Amino acid sequence: MAMEKTLYRELPTTGPLWAAAVLLGAFLLGGLAAFAYTHHHGHAVTGMTNQVVWGLPHVFAIFLIVSASGALNAASIASVFGHAPYKPIARLSAVLAMSLLVGGLAVLVLDLGRPDRLIVAMTRYNFSSIFAWNVLLYTGFLAVVAAYLFVQMSRVPYGWVRTVGTAAFLWRLALTTGTGSIFGWLVARPGYDAAIMAPLFIAMSFSFGLAVFILVLAALFRLSGRKIGRMMYRRLGGLLAIFAAAVLYFTAVQHLTALYAAEHAGIERFILRDGGIYTWLFWLVQVGIGGLAPIALIYLPRFGNSAAEPILASVLVIVGGLAQVYVIVVGGQAYPMELFPGYEASSPFFDGTVSAYAPSLTELGLGLGGVALALLAVGVAAKVLRVLPTNLMDANVPGND
Amino acid sequence: MRLVILITGLLLTALSPAWGQDAAWAPAVPKASGEPHPEGNAYMRRWHMSMMKHDRDLTMYDGERGVNASIGECFECHAVKDEAGQPVTVADERHFCRSCHDYAAVKVDCFDCHRSTPEGFEEPPHQASLGRGILPTLPYSAQMAQVLEYLRASPTVTAEARE
Amino acid sequence: MTCTQKPAAPTRRDILKSGAAMATLQLAPGVTLMAFGGSEAQAAADAGKRWGLLIDAGKCAEGCSACVTACADENGWKGKGDAERDAQWIRKVTLKNKATGRTSELPVMCQHCESPPCVDVCPTGASFKRKDGIVLVDKHICIGCRYCMMACPFKARSFVHEPVTNQKTHAPRGVGTVEGCTLCVHRIDAGRIPACVEACAATGNGAMVFGDLRDPESEISRRLAEYPSLTLRPDLDLNQGVRYAEI
Ligand code: HEC
Ligand code: HEC
Ligand code: HEC
Repeated sequence: MAMEKTLYRELPTTGPLWAAAVLLGAFLLGGLAAFAYTHHHGHAVTGMTNQVVWGLPHVFAIFLIVSASGALNAASIASVFGHAPYKPIARLSAVLAMSLLVGGLAVLVLDLGRPDRLIVAMTRYNFSSIFAWNVLLYTGFLAVVAAYLFVQMSRVPYGWVRTVGTAAFLWRLALTTGTGSIFGWLVARPGYDAAIMAPLFIAMSFSFGLAVFILVLAALFRLSGRKIGRMMYRRLGGLLAIFAAAVLYFTAVQHLTALYAAEHAGIERFILRDGGIYTWLFWLVQVGIGGLAPIALIYLPRFGNSAAEPILASVLVIVGGLAQVYVIVVGGQAYPMELFPGYEASSPFFDGTVSAYAPSLTELGLGLGGVALALLAVGVAAKVLRVLPTNLMDANVPGND
Repeated sequence: MRLVILITGLLLTALSPAWGQDAAWAPAVPKASGEPHPEGNAYMRRWHMSMMKHDRDLTMYDGERGVNASIGECFECHAVKDEAGQPVTVADERHFCRSCHDYAAVKVDCFDCHRSTPEGFEEPPHQASLGRGILPTLPYSAQMAQVLEYLRASPTVTAEARE
Repeated sequence: MTCTQKPAAPTRRDILKSGAAMATLQLAPGVTLMAFGGSEAQAAADAGKRWGLLIDAGKCAEGCSACVTACADENGWKGKGDAERDAQWIRKVTLKNKATGRTSELPVMCQHCESPPCVDVCPTGASFKRKDGIVLVDKHICIGCRYCMMACPFKARSFVHEPVTNQKTHAPRGVGTVEGCTLCVHRIDAGRIPACVEACAATGNGAMVFGDLRDPESEISRRLAEYPSLTLRPDLDLNQGVRYAEI
């Protein structure tokens, strides 16, 4: 059978692999140093304030958590939707999903005001809080995907893989719905109060997660001297373009419906026209670089090397994705809440004014530390477990049926 | 420095098993003013944390303010004075709460928020400049075992006595 | 409190008594008793009551910030001059009617909602509503996630960005946790009125009335029954304990 052709082997120890590990280790240490510094002095040393209470760390954390669920795409397509060409990359897909989630959660936890009370967060739940539900969704996701990886790697009947894979697929939809609802349920802020947040976040997860997956797959193969065929790149690139288009579609719906509601006209004008940095990030980076450009890159007539295109498209999707999360998280807070409709409000506590936010180096360090943790975890897993096939050349990848 | 003491302590315990028996571990607990606790010192030593936690929830949730173990009141009687006759804050190792905790490697976060001196005294800012440590508390150090031994050996302190 | 002045060693009784003595002292001026609508001084949270404030913007004087200063003194949250990060339990907001140009001022603090969004979103249950309607943070289990600040429609909560010292005994506060107006719960439990209301009365403006919304005889209930008033963001249907009149 086609399946038997795929040989999974641990990564060989190569010089470039070590170099990458050392680089990631440095970023991880940087992240830990940023955490220690912030924890010692309090959040006064960050750019966050009493107006913008969630900043760059949350942008990174949410991006990683959303991508985690999307990184499972390849595995789901293989075992839930039965597409054989995705089977050889299904294991990596599961490993990456777990690693990204761990990286995102680490950033989230280390940015708490009292990270030493993590045990409180794990033992006391307020079930009317979507945040508390998310804690359960996250831990559950790790468990379900771990089980999924286990059945993929052990010699159990394929029916098992399909069953656990379906559970993981449903769980990831719930997880991203939960993450989107963190914002969707904030009725107080006009930028968030929308049911569209949940499906928007699901589309974002499909797109960002696949982009990260493509880059990690390409990097690991490169670093270990293994080869990927054109068809594989083409397949993943085509999928990425569809997902990027879906994100654009939901973004359009998000803003069009908000424009339609009179009470959201203010925030819409802010994001789409008058918001300065947020407007630039929205149109140029999120829509242009992260949406239209990668779609064009994949669909327009090619200029040669087909591996470079999906890789470049993935980079663009990630850059646009970070901008999108930034606009949602920070832009939504920068715009003032209206306590007194019909009045112009002002106060020493910045009522009625757009709040400034300048991310600090410590926040960037913490965020990149989380990314490094996630990538390092994938690398270590691929080094000690048989998750990567030795070869993804077109002849070795099973066809559809 | 602390590490040296810890290692010396470990060595001592290892070398002389009889050490803890006659020369029982005795913390240099600073003297208090005012009426002693009706529960007795031994009981206080063993249960002060649970008492405060219990009374904390009474105050927090039920607005019960005439509680027995109010952390705000401890220092009305347990204020240790420095050379200048001023109460010391918890940043000073002579502070009442640190007299045992340091030795037992217990670290409490209470004074991130609660005052560690009597009301009315202007605390110097150096406590804040200490910032917060990131090392987790070591709940059971070598001395901890001795402290617990000491606590168990104290008369009248048993779990039943608490009920 | 007392024993620093007293040379003799204090007893536990003394300390408890000193709190009670203060309560009667404060109850003496008529304004205090009136604000309680004749209800007796309380010893603890009472599920039969719902404490509230009525703020009459018509009487709130321009440029006056007696309530803000009194709160900062009482609860010890005066910051270091970093307006973006310093705590702000109560603030004065200036309003300008966009249509008419008329300006007014009023204080905004925690609105002590009956269905508080902060309590809904708090993952650990640290944000909670006391039996008598006061919305508080149990800082002992607050993990500093700041989701409550995202959820609050009134910007009523602050995050403590730096280590603090020299707190008030009755108002502990510390780095890494979220805080906000407690309606001076420590005073209410001792039968006194919030510091802001007391300070406002002392200026002679009398723009703030404190009392029990459940007691139809209390001054606050009588005024609410008689004159028009509103809550902020009525679209959210939170039924706040703080009401405004004459905006
Ligand atoms: C993050 C801030 C914070 C920390 C840390 C903290 N507390 Fe509190 N504590 C408070 C607040 C706020 C109150 C409520 C005061 C009130 O309502 O009057 C309180 C009240 C209390 C009370 C009841 C009031 C009193 O004075 O008796 C006790 C007892 C108490 N805390 C004990 C502790 C102990 C013991 C610790 C350390 C293990 C601790 N707290 C740590 C903030 C804190
Ligand atoms: C009314 C004054 C008073 C108050 C208030 C008070 N104590 Fe004490 N406490 C005493 C006295 C007196 C002693 C006996 C000390 C001695 O023998 O020197 C004592 C002894 C103790 C001891 C045992 C010390 C030892 O020698 O082992 C502990 C522990 C203790 N107190 C804890 C507390 C705590 C915690 C609080 C606050 C919740 C508190 N006390 C409040 C007066 C007080
Ligand atoms: C007589 C010595 C002694 C004194 C004085 C003392 N403690 Fe303790 N405390 C201990 C010991 C020993 C433990 C650890 C007990 C255990 O874990 O079983 C402890 C534990 C605690 C804990 C629980 C810590 C945890 O992590 O579980 C708190 C809170 C606490 N003490 C508060 C205080 C405060 C506040 C003071 C000062 C008012 C104080 N203690 C003074 C001996 C003391």
